[in-house]
Amino acid sequence: MRDFALHRPASVSAATAAFAGTDGEAAYLAGGHTLIPAMKSRLRMPDALVDLTGLGLSGISRDGDRLWIGATTRHADVATGATAIPGLACLAAGIGDAQVRNRGTLGGSLANNDPAADYPAAALALDAVIETDRGSHTADDFFQGMFTTALAESEIITRVGFAIPQQSSYAKFRHPASRYAMVGVYVARHAGGWRVAVTGAGPGVFRWTDAEAALNAGTDTAGLVLAADDLNSDIHASAEYRAHLCGVMLKQALATLA
Amino acid sequence: MQMTLTINGESHSVEAPAASLLVEVLRDQLGLTGTHIGCDTSQCGACNVLVDGAAVKACTMLAAQAHGSSVTTIEGIGSEAALHPMQAAFRDAHGLQCGFCTPGMVMAGLEIVRKHGTKLTPELVTHELEGNLCRCTGYINIVKAIVAGAAAMETAHA
Ligand SMILES: Cc1cc2nc3c(=O)[nH]c(=O)nc-3n(C[C@H](O)[C@H](O)[C@H](O)COP(=O)(O)OP(=O)(O)OC[C@H]3O[C@@H](n4cnc5c(N)ncnc54)[C@H](O)[C@@H]3O)c2cc1C
Ligand code: FES
Ligand code: FES
Repeated sequence: MRDFALHRPASVSAATAAFAGTDGEAAYLAGGHTLIPAMKSRLRMPDALVDLTGLGLSGISRDGDRLWIGATTRHADVATGATAIPGLACLAAGIGDAQVRNRGTLGGSLANNDPAADYPAAALALDAVIETDRGSHTADDFFQGMFTTALAESEIITRVGFAIPQQSSYAKFRHPASRYAMVGVYVARHAGGWRVAVTGAGPGVFRWTDAEAALNAGTDTAGLVLAADDLNSDIHASAEYRAHLCGVMLKQALATLA
Repeated sequence: MQMTLTINGESHSVEAPAASLLVEVLRDQLGLTGTHIGCDTSQCGACNVLVDGAAVKACTMLAAQAHGSSVTTIEGIGSEAALHPMQAAFRDAHGLQCGFCTPGMVMAGLEIVRKHGTKLTPELVTHELEGNLCRCTGYINIVKAIVAGAAAMETAHA
């Protein structure tokens, strides 16, 4: 890894100032479980890292119909602490492995928006509000395709408010080696209707509107087929196989609503 | 840069580049070579150590991220003369062949006990070991060792 300057600010404003004051490329560091591997392989070579874990942005609290989770809350703590949304706790408990969950954070996962990551599916299906140091984004506007989000260059996610659904569940077909989602489907039943989000299958997380419409109308979802045209095809799985898996994961998620 | 880490109960002041990984500082600067580097890509868990009690992959953490924290390595849990019950269980259950993955497996075993207590089932241990790879044993005896080691920790504390 190429060396860099490391800043450990104690406030959000000090963090953005350290980012802005960097001569060259700066990057925020949370759990480091995406960034450090990227820096080892020199996909990223920042001149400065600004550590976000000292900003007091960790923790889980309920406020009315939303569950608020701080950006630097680790996956392991969401797995045990997000009891108000069992589907979300279960999703967090299935990210990577135990050691990854002890380091990786919610904010890092959303900011990175890996097309195979788990949290983006939950954020979309649970109609999340993503709060930052300069405002907020709805999940519907936040995810903009592969590794792309609505975040401005130095914008910091501070916390995320998930709408507490009546019921929800996440089913993922794991890539057997990487443990990322080949396909993951998060279904949530809200008072205002169903939301279904799919990760891993396409170039970015997306809502499966046909499935939502079928669930809202109470019609059978068994025969639903997702068009393979826009889905990923790679050495791990063809687009047709991924389309098929979407239906299977939808069925599994609906069978485990909690 | 300057960092202070408590390692196996002893405070160390270390001068190292910011880009130093925790596993590099442990092995190269402090001579604690029990923590192994198997893959260097966050897959194998040979580099597992406990940071403030929780298992992490020391190849995917900057040493500077452990500044102010307490780090436990395989050297800190037992000695050749007095093995930790989890280490003794690996020996008794033939939980190792070449031994390369073993330090990470033992630390993973301690993490499982931290989270689930001392009464473990093979199914649970198998699931929790997802982040650790072994190229020799086929895992069966590793799982047996962790179940037995956990039970022995219960007795040791009773
Ligand atoms: C072996 C392994 C297996 C994994 N398996 C899975 C899996 O199954 N599913 C899954 O979803 N993920 C998986 N991951 C990824 C893991 O969940 C990461 O921890 C996560 O994607 C990134 O979070 P982080 O806190 O580590 O972020 P970092 O690596 O620290 O940062 C990632 C990016 O986000 C930016 N960032 C971080 N926090 C913020 C913030 N608050 N505001 C703005 N920008 C920010 C950083 O600048 C950086 O660009 C895996 C990782 C590993 C190493
Ligand atoms: S060396 Fe760290 S996980 Fe393999
Ligand atoms: S005993 Fe050889 S790698 Fe596990």
